Amino acid sequence: MSMDASYLQYARRRYGMDHDRYAWSQLHERPKVAWPNGARVALWVVPALEWFPLDMKGKPFKPPGAMVTSYPDLRHYTLRDYGNRVGIFRVMKSLAARGIRASVAMNAAVAVRYPALVSACVAQGWEILANGLDMDHLHYEGLPAGEEQRLVTTTLDILRRASGQKVRGWLSPAKSESYATPDLVAAAGCDYLCDWVNDDMPYAFATPSGAITAMPHPCDIDDYQILINNHHTEDDFTDALVDQFDVLFSESAEGGGRVMAISLHPWIIGQPFRIGALEKALDHMLSRRGVWPATGSEIVDAWRAQKPA
Amino acid sequence: MARDPGLYDYLPYDGTRPKISWPNGARVAFWVAPNIEFYELDPPKNPSRAAWARPQPDVLNYSYRDYGNRAGFKRMMDAMDRCGVRGSVSLNVAMCEHHPEIIAACAERGWEFYSHGTYNTRYLFNMDEAQERAVIQDSIDTIRKHTGQKLDGWLAPALTYTDRTLDLVAEMGLTYVCDLFHDDQPGPVKVRQGRLVSIPYSLEMNDVIVYNINLVSPRRYADILKRQFDRLYAEGAESGTVMCIPLHPYLVGWPYRIKAFEEALDYICGHDKVWLATGREIAQHFLEHNYEAFAQASHPVAEAPL
Repeated sequence: MSMDASYLQYARRRYGMDHDRYAWSQLHERPKVAWPNGARVALWVVPALEWFPLDMKGKPFKPPGAMVTSYPDLRHYTLRDYGNRVGIFRVMKSLAARGIRASVAMNAAVAVRYPALVSACVAQGWEILANGLDMDHLHYEGLPAGEEQRLVTTTLDILRRASGQKVRGWLSPAKSESYATPDLVAAAGCDYLCDWVNDDMPYAFATPSGAITAMPHPCDIDDYQILINNHHTEDDFTDALVDQFDVLFSESAEGGGRVMAISLHPWIIGQPFRIGALEKALDHMLSRRGVWPATGSEIVDAWRAQKPA
Repeated sequence: MARDPGLYDYLPYDGTRPKISWPNGARVAFWVAPNIEFYELDPPKNPSRAAWARPQPDVLNYSYRDYGNRAGFKRMMDAMDRCGVRGSVSLNVAMCEHHPEIIAACAERGWEFYSHGTYNTRYLFNMDEAQERAVIQDSIDTIRKHTGQKLDGWLAPALTYTDRTLDLVAEMGLTYVCDLFHDDQPGPVKVRQGRLVSIPYSLEMNDVIVYNINLVSPRRYADILKRQFDRLYAEGAESGTVMCIPLHPYLVGWPYRIKAFEEALDYICGHDKVWLATGREIAQHFLEHNYEAFAQASHPVAEAPL
């Protein structure tokens, strides 16, 4: 038994990355970023409004939150939909009380199905960013030609029309991309992309339409991961957010501005027994001087204005 | 395929083993093994294992690991610096070409480099002997060229093997492996030629297992590390034990995890009878003082029926 000789050849063994999307650098060696008004940490809250169709195909894989039982899986369908009816309004109230405007990642299907929800988000001064068509239309390599282009265009058309906003940010459903996804969303006029989880700060991400900004939208510390996947308690979730913030805040004293991103799923965090865990963590953060609650576009604009390397 | 790996004899941990005496009367040889890794976005396929959980390009899992090099590594290194702990780097050697800044930072601190293969997306499964030798030789040459160090240790890339992996590692002049999880003390590995030592590495203390398999919280990880240390420190009064913390900067280096790790590290280093060692130093000490006695005390294992 042996492997093909090509298995021991390394065409991209070279300085930097094994692709050309972004330059290699370490966070601590980059020029310092200064946020507006001397803020140390930009607080970026990103609830996701998702729709999981009852007849999900799960192609090429089931995204987190997908249906579980045989059709019709009413229990999981309705629990996800709880986020769009109830949970999000609890989150809205918590954020409004603290002067935080969210950047809401929305499936286009949610905008079509629940126009009142789009209006409510817009009325809060929230930014709408695109989260694809719905949770059963994943972007992946091998989609038929033209199909992904159609997904991107349709999604952005719907969300732009519904919100009256430019819709500058893109988050792929389940953070799943094809090789072409960044190119397609950049060509469609998006300025920033939230799929890659390799940094704590924005960085430049190359596409044929010019560089877009990769934003630090983490998966590891969100409510799904900690409360659902890891089965941790509400207090553990508070601890994680507080500990994350404290280290970023402390690093900002010498390392320059940081981004504290909080990714949320209202069907999880919007439950009555959980929402307090978020509020407690937010209160801790807002008790420090130099915390700037900002939208994704505000962070991207402030970051780009400094032309960091 | 064999029913038994054939790599070690039976030696019960029953208080009658030959005694291990670490330098300066230490009870525990404590070592920290950061896995400094490079995963490829589009690696070639190995029929025995898919490189990525999702169809390629799996940008979520790729970027999740890339975080370790861009952001997590520095936080982990700073915590180790503050506690005065040197690392023994489990290195995907292509990191020397991709991210030499990280290699230089480790080298400056006197950290050891041992091999964790070329990339964490190139597996030994299904290789022939010449191919496997080429991978090991690549590690020997790359580590020598970029760090000046002789390669002594081995942890197979992504824990993938053939039946001959450890034989080849010993033949090619390495002295220890971290691939066996059968003991809390070093021990001889039975290989075709040469002497090879197994050093306790521990999956139970490994942040990948702790965080991504056992799904524990950072504070609980600190508690696990302290409990493990306390017992090994107590037992080490009779005969020396080994404790390893295997790390991955893409996990331990998250802001919300780093403080709990540093607190545990500080706790361990606050004990006076701890030998802050590297893998190479532990293997060398065992080879010089204990290898023969352990080999002689071990019981050969009979073939199981049917």
